[in-house]
Amino acid sequence: MGQKLLMKGNEVIAEAAIRAGCRHYFGYPITPQTELMHYMAKKLPKIGGVFMQAESEVAAINMVYGAASTGKRVMTSSSSPGISLKQEGISYISGAQLPAVIVNIMRGGPGLGGIQPSQSDYFQATKGGGHGDYHMVVLAPASVQELYDMTVEAFNIADRYRIMTMILGDGVLGQMMEVVNFRDEEKNETFNKSWAANGHENKREHNMITSIHLDPAVLEQWNIGFQNKYKLISENEQRYELYNCEDAEIILVAYGSVARICKGVIKEAAEQGIKLGLIRPITLFPFPVKGFEKVMDIPKAFLTVEMSAGQMVEDVRLTVNGRKPVYFTGRMGGMIPTVNNIMTKVMEIKENNK
Amino acid sequence: MAIVYKAPNALCDVPMHYCPGCTHGIAHRLVAEAIDELEIEGKTIGVSPVGCAYNNYLYFNCDMIQAAHGRAPAVATGVKRCLPENVVFTYQGDGDLAAIGTAEIVHAATRGENITVIFINNTIYGMTSGQMAPTTLVGQVTTTTPYGRDAKYSGYPIRVSEMLATLEGPAYIERVSMHDVKNIKKAKAAVKKAFKVQMAGKGFSLVEILSTCPTNWGLNPVESLKRIENDMIPHYPLGVFVGADLEV
Repeated sequence: MGQKLLMKGNEVIAEAAIRAGCRHYFGYPITPQTELMHYMAKKLPKIGGVFMQAESEVAAINMVYGAASTGKRVMTSSSSPGISLKQEGISYISGAQLPAVIVNIMRGGPGLGGIQPSQSDYFQATKGGGHGDYHMVVLAPASVQELYDMTVEAFNIADRYRIMTMILGDGVLGQMMEVVNFRDEEKNETFNKSWAANGHENKREHNMITSIHLDPAVLEQWNIGFQNKYKLISENEQRYELYNCEDAEIILVAYGSVARICKGVIKEAAEQGIKLGLIRPITLFPFPVKGFEKVMDIPKAFLTVEMSAGQMVEDVRLTVNGRKPVYFTGRMGGMIPTVNNIMTKVMEIKENNK
Repeated sequence: MAIVYKAPNALCDVPMHYCPGCTHGIAHRLVAEAIDELEIEGKTIGVSPVGCAYNNYLYFNCDMIQAAHGRAPAVATGVKRCLPENVVFTYQGDGDLAAIGTAEIVHAATRGENITVIFINNTIYGMTSGQMAPTTLVGQVTTTTPYGRDAKYSGYPIRVSEMLATLEGPAYIERVSMHDVKNIKKAKAAVKKAFKVQMAGKGFSLVEILSTCPTNWGLNPVESLKRIENDMIPHYPLGVFVGADLEV
């Protein structure tokens, strides 16, 4: 049966986390994700959970580190400047291989930047962000329904691989209201967490959660283990949407709310007799190279569209690897690319690839 | 033959890496004895710091979590909020707790977070080779105050116990010392009381332990103990700052 509700993106993430079995949330206020923590503050204490407003983002992510160490499902959320402060903890959580979910509702930067939507944290989210050779799994929803679905999925992925999983949205997604279809029950997988630091009850050896290994040979082995895990995740978890790619002259590449604008561009172009397609990466790490391979022979060129100076486009170029021209257009600082902005670039590419 | 003295069960049977004359080993033993006597090893989760005690997760037999520099009170908060029935402690030095971790310790204390903090104050950074700590005494020579700490240039040492005692959250705060047997026994009683305060659900407890660092002080072990008594205690007076009347 389910339940159909009109809800704001940020609140849907919170509700989805609760449905996924998350009862512990640690956060710090920042626009434009604050409704998420308001929702948690209201709901969690009523269902035996813990909502905690930390003294800083640094403290919040370290509370997540502690909570995740006990094996409980735990979440934090923030927006760009706050996510920068959380990088220390993200690196430790990654080094200690703890499952946890983090939400970044991106706003324009650098520095304090602005509070309007942006995608300029792509590098930070997908390439590590903190120190050391690590990655998070990064999911990029494009609708409020997907905020729900992917938040639930984020908890399963986190537990499956003992990895930090990030929901990377932007201010548009966080603030928009859309209809969401809630399921009656979630398929929350259960996992063996025999590694957790939750009191050994004199029944097992003591568990140790740590990210420090002073012997370089040992630390290298840990790193090799991480890299093998990322390879496995890349094999298993690449997600993408191919839209209108058959016979496309140019294939647009965009994620999140920009992908929805691109669908508007495709419609507009079709009216002018121009055939465009779209690859929408849904996992940003692992980057969905499989999706690109499926359509590589089709277009004359790829056009990446982002609300940044061009960050994901680097992964697109690595994937395409010179086989087709890769172009970029985008807006920055909280400005949203319009259908006209993108169409202008499409016409320019058409001219260049006659 | 009757056994009159043995290693606590809550300490692992492994060699410790601490320098000769360093009192970390004694402090570890006191924590472990308290855990044994209260029979809480199976439900205790400890949080290791950054600094000389960074790998005491290898030394304590309970479940352990290694935290980032200064963040142990936040990590312990996350653990305790998930497992309120368990016993959670942090073990932190003065660089960790009183410099980089000032925000975390103040807010854990003011929340009355029901955790126990073992705070080792030896007025110096040990692990990174003897730099000035927030607790370094005025005039003290360190590798970053090679001419002695000049208060006009580098400020004054922080009295953590007194500062935290101004808050309403803490249930029990005491400063003890490692400089002789009598005081070590008092320290043991304080550590045990701190755990009992937590087990009784009374709230935040902290024991500040005045400790030695012979290596970075440039003193031998005996001189180091004397330095606690002669130089440190006058600036860091021993005693109970919160919870003197608290019965647990």
